Amino acid sequence: MNQPLVSLTIDGIAVQAEPGITILKAAQLAGIEIPTICYHDHCTANALCRICVVEVSGARTLVPACVATVQDGMTVYTHSERVQRSRRTILEMLYASVDLSEAPEIQTMAQVYGADPQRFPEAERRTLSPIDDNPMYIRDYAKCILCWRCVQVCAEDAQYTYAINFSGRGYETQISTFFHRPMPETTCVFCGQCVGVCPTGALKPKREWLLEQGYTPEAIMELTRSERRGKKRRANLAA
Amino acid sequence: MLSQFYAPFPTVSKMESSLDLSLIRSFLSEIASQGRTALLPALHAAQDFYGYIPEPVALEIAQTLQIPAADVFGVIEFYAMFHTQPVGKVIIHVCNDPACALAGADTVFKQLSRRTEYALETGEPISVTVEQSPCLGLCDHAPALLVQNLPATAAPEITWQELVAHTGRRPQTYVDGDLRLLTARCGKGHTTSLEAYLAQGGYTALRKVLTIPPERVIEEVKASGLVGRGGAAFPTGLKWESAARAEGTPKYVVCNADEAEPGTFKDRVLMEDDPHQVLEGMIIAAYAIGAAKGYFYIRGEYLNAYQTIRHAVEEARTANLLGSCILGSDFSFDIEIRRGAGAYVCGEETALFESIEGKRGFPRIKPPFPTTHGLFGKPTVINNVETLANVPLILQLGANEYRKMGTEKSPGPKLFCLSGDVRRPGLYEVPFGTPLRHLIFDLGGGMRSEAPFQAALIGGAAGTFATPDHLDTPLSFEGLRAAGLTLGSGVITVFDSQRDLRDVLFRLARFFAEESCGKCYPCQMGTQRQYEIMSRILNGQTRPGDIERLQDIGWTMTDASLCGLGQTAASAILSALSHWPHLFQATTFS
Repeated sequence: MNQPLVSLTIDGIAVQAEPGITILKAAQLAGIEIPTICYHDHCTANALCRICVVEVSGARTLVPACVATVQDGMTVYTHSERVQRSRRTILEMLYASVDLSEAPEIQTMAQVYGADPQRFPEAERRTLSPIDDNPMYIRDYAKCILCWRCVQVCAEDAQYTYAINFSGRGYETQISTFFHRPMPETTCVFCGQCVGVCPTGALKPKREWLLEQGYTPEAIMELTRSERRGKKRRANLAA
Repeated sequence: MLSQFYAPFPTVSKMESSLDLSLIRSFLSEIASQGRTALLPALHAAQDFYGYIPEPVALEIAQTLQIPAADVFGVIEFYAMFHTQPVGKVIIHVCNDPACALAGADTVFKQLSRRTEYALETGEPISVTVEQSPCLGLCDHAPALLVQNLPATAAPEITWQELVAHTGRRPQTYVDGDLRLLTARCGKGHTTSLEAYLAQGGYTALRKVLTIPPERVIEEVKASGLVGRGGAAFPTGLKWESAARAEGTPKYVVCNADEAEPGTFKDRVLMEDDPHQVLEGMIIAAYAIGAAKGYFYIRGEYLNAYQTIRHAVEEARTANLLGSCILGSDFSFDIEIRRGAGAYVCGEETALFESIEGKRGFPRIKPPFPTTHGLFGKPTVINNVETLANVPLILQLGANEYRKMGTEKSPGPKLFCLSGDVRRPGLYEVPFGTPLRHLIFDLGGGMRSEAPFQAALIGGAAGTFATPDHLDTPLSFEGLRAAGLTLGSGVITVFDSQRDLRDVLFRLARFFAEESCGKCYPCQMGTQRQYEIMSRILNGQTRPGDIERLQDIGWTMTDASLCGLGQTAASAILSALSHWPHLFQATTFS
């Protein structure tokens, strides 16, 4: 890397950055925090949550800091009024769409940006029942914020298993298997990568979920062991 | 949005058990080597063979094309024209966007649904699905209907049997204007054949082009000042130059014929009435940038246009206007035609590439831009149908003559799709700079009824409203911009003073909520929230703070969305908020 450094200003601070790095990284190096939701260090950045948008002088729209690279002479504002309005509104819409009770980072973000969780009181929420179709993990899509991380790690970002993709589109989009098949009937290898990257508790180890439901560790041991043997089915749990 | 009715035969279970996989297998054997890019053609074939896409068929497609099964399901789910459940043998689409709503499309939908139910009760042997659909590009024939993806008229004299059997007459678009250059061979009631096109000087521009170096062609297009006619208005010559200079091979030319902006039907008319003009433009583009292969991506609902273009491509191949060593030169180029499958977002250029590549139509992050990283990651020029139709004209006339039309900053002819409450809805060709008043009141014959002009939606669902104060605005990029309006794709939907614009805004909000791809948060949730609020307002349930909510959603979508769909999804509502804030306030009773 002998290329000359790029000079830019972020929130009035002069920053020297390596060419090709993102605004997000350059800001981090300069000690400026830009919030992110869908971004994950080990996943391909898709710039879809748009929480990391910043204002760049001369740009028509706001720019996603997680993918936009630094340019010489760039002037960046990470907390302008436009930026704050977008972040606040996105958070308010998220609150109106899904259950964020197990997403502490987003809750903190909402406080920082003054987002009102009740801004859209009559909104149609994505209310779905948890899917309990395998002995390893639970899929509770009422908590899913569609960050795509699980789909990505199941595919080229990690596992190359391709068990999950999407159903529907727009607001109706959901993470789904082939024709909504139960997980054991898919290519899933139960590696747990998806559970590891889920930021909102939508994917959760089954043991953790059962403990929350009030099961004792002994009961869980009994339950999951027999499930693995394929002797007991979902009905037993419900009973 | 879907109302389904099934006749007692053939029963669903019989269809499922007698599923004949050999139908799809023989189709797949021809295209298997293409891999994933053959996915949409395969799904169309499956939908045609089986009436829907059964799970075993989807699996067969996944295995043959070597695509993860979950991905195939994801693609089926993305496109409105693919069904995972059986649908009627005859599918009737009824448009529910503003221009058709003015003409009573909701009543037509209700009556057709009731008629289907009645037929079912009486044991009439039919299997019909009636679906509401976004704009069908037949706004000049509102209320628009498609029967098996072919246009039909909703005229009262048509019988049910005629409609279902699709023996009604084909609606004909009225074409007129102060200029007839792009539309010289349109509106005649038939498709211009290759023979007729050649007889009128067709393909002389291509012949000329093949004798000059590609750089000269690009210079001429740059000098003409041509900008894209799909809505984004990017300079065409610059786009070509950038792709021509880009490293990487092969290079592609793509014709964006995914026309779906509510109120737009110009590209449909150009394709159906004069397909060779568009093909000639596309071949010239390929020569200019050095592409050997092109894709012609046509909206799924435009079956007529698809068939016309397919025939024209055959004609062109036979006449060596396509294929190897075109007209004896050393330039070779051929075109593959692709059908969309019901997704407005695929009109966004990068979403269109994804669709050709056999994926869900999610727009990509830009940069990189298509001219360097386009279709299959290769340098690509993607142009709208009308843009390409201008190309032969520019090279025939020369840039100087071409620039004599229109204004300094918006040179050339422009097509406008006029619909709504006007006497003569249709396709009008005028030079840029023509006043809005002339188009509506002289060419369009003025208002249809006694009620005066209230507003015109310019640019489609992604557009802005013109008020009576705007009638003298010149229809040029700079003229409209100065008036706070946008040209978009050239749509003008006119509303008289008796129309409740809240109904129009509600329909536009619903359109975007249904067509959002769901990738980026501002649009995925913003279009839904906007739709919910407009739905409440339409029902008189306005809440304090609704204006602020709509503004926050609107500006967040405009500022922070990933692609043009989200960035313009609030355009009409924000425009209405500034013109008529009272529409969004609770009605107060004295």
